[in-house]
Amino acid sequence: MQPSVSIQNLKLNFGTVSVLRDLNLDIGQGEFLVLLGSSGCGKSTLLNCIAGLLEPTEGSIHINGNNVTWAEPSDRGIGMVFQSYALYPQMTVEGNLTFGLKNAKMPKDEIARRVARAAEVLQIEPLLKRKPAALSGGQRQRVAIGRALVRDVDVFLFDEPLSNLDAKLRADLRVEIKRLHQTLENTMIYVTHDQVEAMTLADRIAIMKGGVVMQLDTPSVIYNKPANKYVADFIGSPSMNFFDTRLEDPQAPKVTIAGKDVSLSEYEFTRPGLSGDVWFGIRPEHIVTGEAAESAPVQFEVTAELVEPMGAETLVWSSLDGTPLRFRVDGQVPVADGDLIRIGFDPARASIFDKVEELRV
Amino acid sequence: MADVTNTMQRPSPAHASGPKPRRVFSRNNIVIYGILVVLAVYYLLPFYVMLMTSLKGLPEIRMGSIFAPPMEITFEPWLKAWSTVCTGLNCDGLSRGFLNSIKITVPSVFFSIAVASVNGYALSMWRFKGANVFFTILIIGAFIPYQVMIYPIVILLREIGLYGDLGGLVLVHTIFGMPILTLLFRNYFSSVPEELFKAARVDGARFWTIYFKIMLPMAVPIFVVAVILQTTAIWNDFLFGVIFTRPDNYPMTVQLNNIVNSVTGVKEYNVNMAATLLSGVVPLTIYFLSGKLFVRGIAAGAVKG
Amino acid sequence: MSQSGKPTGLFKNLSAKIAAIPMVLTALVVFVGCSVWTIVYSFTNSRLLPSSKWVGLDQYERLWGTRRWLISIENLAIYGILMLILALVLGFLLAALIDQKIRFEDGFRTIFLYPYALSFIVTGLVWQWLLNPEFGIQNAVRSLGFESFTFDPLYNTNTVLYGVLIAGLWHTSGLVMCLMLAGLRGIDEDVWKATKIDGIPAWKTYLLVVIPMMRPVFITTLVLITSAIIKLYDLVIAQTGGGPGLASEVPAKFVFDMMFVSQNLAQGFAASSMMLVAVIVVIIPWAYLEFGGKKHG
Repeated sequence: MQPSVSIQNLKLNFGTVSVLRDLNLDIGQGEFLVLLGSSGCGKSTLLNCIAGLLEPTEGSIHINGNNVTWAEPSDRGIGMVFQSYALYPQMTVEGNLTFGLKNAKMPKDEIARRVARAAEVLQIEPLLKRKPAALSGGQRQRVAIGRALVRDVDVFLFDEPLSNLDAKLRADLRVEIKRLHQTLENTMIYVTHDQVEAMTLADRIAIMKGGVVMQLDTPSVIYNKPANKYVADFIGSPSMNFFDTRLEDPQAPKVTIAGKDVSLSEYEFTRPGLSGDVWFGIRPEHIVTGEAAESAPVQFEVTAELVEPMGAETLVWSSLDGTPLRFRVDGQVPVADGDLIRIGFDPARASIFDKVEELRV
Repeated sequence: MADVTNTMQRPSPAHASGPKPRRVFSRNNIVIYGILVVLAVYYLLPFYVMLMTSLKGLPEIRMGSIFAPPMEITFEPWLKAWSTVCTGLNCDGLSRGFLNSIKITVPSVFFSIAVASVNGYALSMWRFKGANVFFTILIIGAFIPYQVMIYPIVILLREIGLYGDLGGLVLVHTIFGMPILTLLFRNYFSSVPEELFKAARVDGARFWTIYFKIMLPMAVPIFVVAVILQTTAIWNDFLFGVIFTRPDNYPMTVQLNNIVNSVTGVKEYNVNMAATLLSGVVPLTIYFLSGKLFVRGIAAGAVKG
Repeated sequence: MSQSGKPTGLFKNLSAKIAAIPMVLTALVVFVGCSVWTIVYSFTNSRLLPSSKWVGLDQYERLWGTRRWLISIENLAIYGILMLILALVLGFLLAALIDQKIRFEDGFRTIFLYPYALSFIVTGLVWQWLLNPEFGIQNAVRSLGFESFTFDPLYNTNTVLYGVLIAGLWHTSGLVMCLMLAGLRGIDEDVWKATKIDGIPAWKTYLLVVIPMMRPVFITTLVLITSAIIKLYDLVIAQTGGGPGLASEVPAKFVFDMMFVSQNLAQGFAASSMMLVAVIVVIIPWAYLEFGGKKHG
């Protein structure tokens, strides 16, 4: 099947700073792709290039098979939703929805039909005559989505659309965007720095750093089998614990942690037969305590140094042989600073990266 | 009121609670208000004297003090200043200059703001290569003494047939208003969220559509500031008026100066002061009506960002 | 869906470029072109009409040998230095007083700023009248019984500049107050709280904390007043006409008279070029301080 959006060898330089470096990305029809990364990673820049709001230095962008690299934003068949909503303050909600259609000289009845449909889908019919200043944050964002909706396009671009909302509203609208995607079935490209949004919304996530895609895969693979140490560290909160160790004996692979041999016979190697210095990573939520620890393949005794109770669970800061170690215990289990705790984990759930390129082993 | 209740229930220092009692006539306050009032007299005195002098007859001016209020109020000087006082060959008073000033100010304000607002908009939203070079030249240009550029401008205007014409003066005002106004509008439009501009482009709006439909309606307050700034500046201009217009087109400031500083005839101080007040009426009215916007205008023009 | 090619060079962003034509013309033709023209012609012997006969630095030599020009320069220097100091002091004093959470703040501010809304011509004429020895302040004080009181600055070659200064200060100090007030209000309230807790008296706080923090405002104000001082023209025309004698002549008036009255164009060009040099001497260090260190995008 022809990709909905295809980005080929895209480069963008601001003066001598290169923001995007030789980027290739194919996004399928109806796919929900999330561009995830910390600020300055180039994710918004990439989205602006797709929208036609920034001109790439090199490379090409295709939407539905058309080369749109130099086309005007309005001619690309895209709709866009912005972080600050970017509603025209002096126009009513209806004016905001129809501005683009009027610019395209669309017949009046067709405009009315589209506005009515968008208003119905987003449940903003009662707001049509209001000005943006009279709307709440959530309502404004709905109108902003509506503005993309009335364009009746195949590709939706979202630039951190929920970042300006408070936590509760953000969760509500997140669900709504997911529902919208199920209903409309069009391609959505969604930029965010919030990994929860990325994990919950995406069909695939592209994690970016320094203008390069570090990993492009489903949320599950990204979480369970991060391709490199950056992704492993970036995804998950609190982030993964890393042990500086050495991978030995390609026949019966093992590493040594705090003086203890940890056998990796169950670990699914991406690159079998390697040995050398590695990072051994284990997620805090994959470290078990209490009875579960007794039956774990690898066990240690650690001292709780700092305890952060968070209600449902308690986060324990500790260390193992000088390496900081974080793990979670059930919120009902009483833990205090200085307590000795037995922990355990299954090395099959770990992630191992070589120390040279920091890629998954 | 608050002071009364405070004195009544003043708590003893040992167990002081509630707000600290404030005394209105503290030594500090007396000093502060004292200085302020003395300075206020310095600023108000000229206005007071102008007004009083303009309402007196000439004999009373010769006899009494300029600070004394008129014993007999007369509006004769005002009438004379407005409609019959002579400058050069014309004896139709300041009304001529007033009309000229309006004919100069209205189109000058309109064109200078129209051009500068488009400049500011283009500079902040549609940055093209070299735009900043021209902008920098423009801002530096604001500091070049007019005297350096004025003669070649006379030649240029003569070449295109606008020298001595009101149109030429309007052009000059548009040019010299451009730096400060462009800066004003550029700073304003730079503060408009960039995403709004992006949204409009996704909606298929181009340069002029975005300017007229999105930016112009948003920028009404800054347009008001610009109108205040320019109207005052152009109305008060003297140098350009003298150089770029013929005597029958002289603006009010030039005519006023010619009336008061003419060496012929008896000095009619009351008429002079009435004329002076008359030519200050327009900017003063704008000043008193606009209040904070006037302040915002000079602050925005002067302090960057 | 269009598949337009890459827009290149001149036609990229075309509307914006068309819209910027007036600005480009103003910048290049007027600000650069006309200034350069004047400087070039200051090296000719133009009199009634511009002439292209090159005379090198002759005009400048003549200029600096002209008594009237030297007086003009001296006047401007005296007026300028006093004006700068007094306007800054008075403006800051007004701003600091108004910033004391006083009552009628708006009223006082309106009173101090209104002269700035008036033209220099009006300013000059009012103060000419107030300083008129026959009817003005001198007369008023004398009629109170102080028969020997003299206050006639405009009629005395030694003091006429101070007469102009009183009027100039009256006109401009409100603007300075406004800028200073904006600067004072821009200072974090917490700074005042901190100095209060440290027990530092108010005057010391102003002197050692607030004023150093307001450095950018002071510099901006300084540049603004200075460039206005160099342009000083209307006020002198209205108030003294340059007199008595040559006692209140200023460079801007010298230039105007050379160009449009005495038909001695090249002298005017040379004089105005000197004014430009004066401005550059003020502006360049400021621009360096303001933009030199941190690069603006």
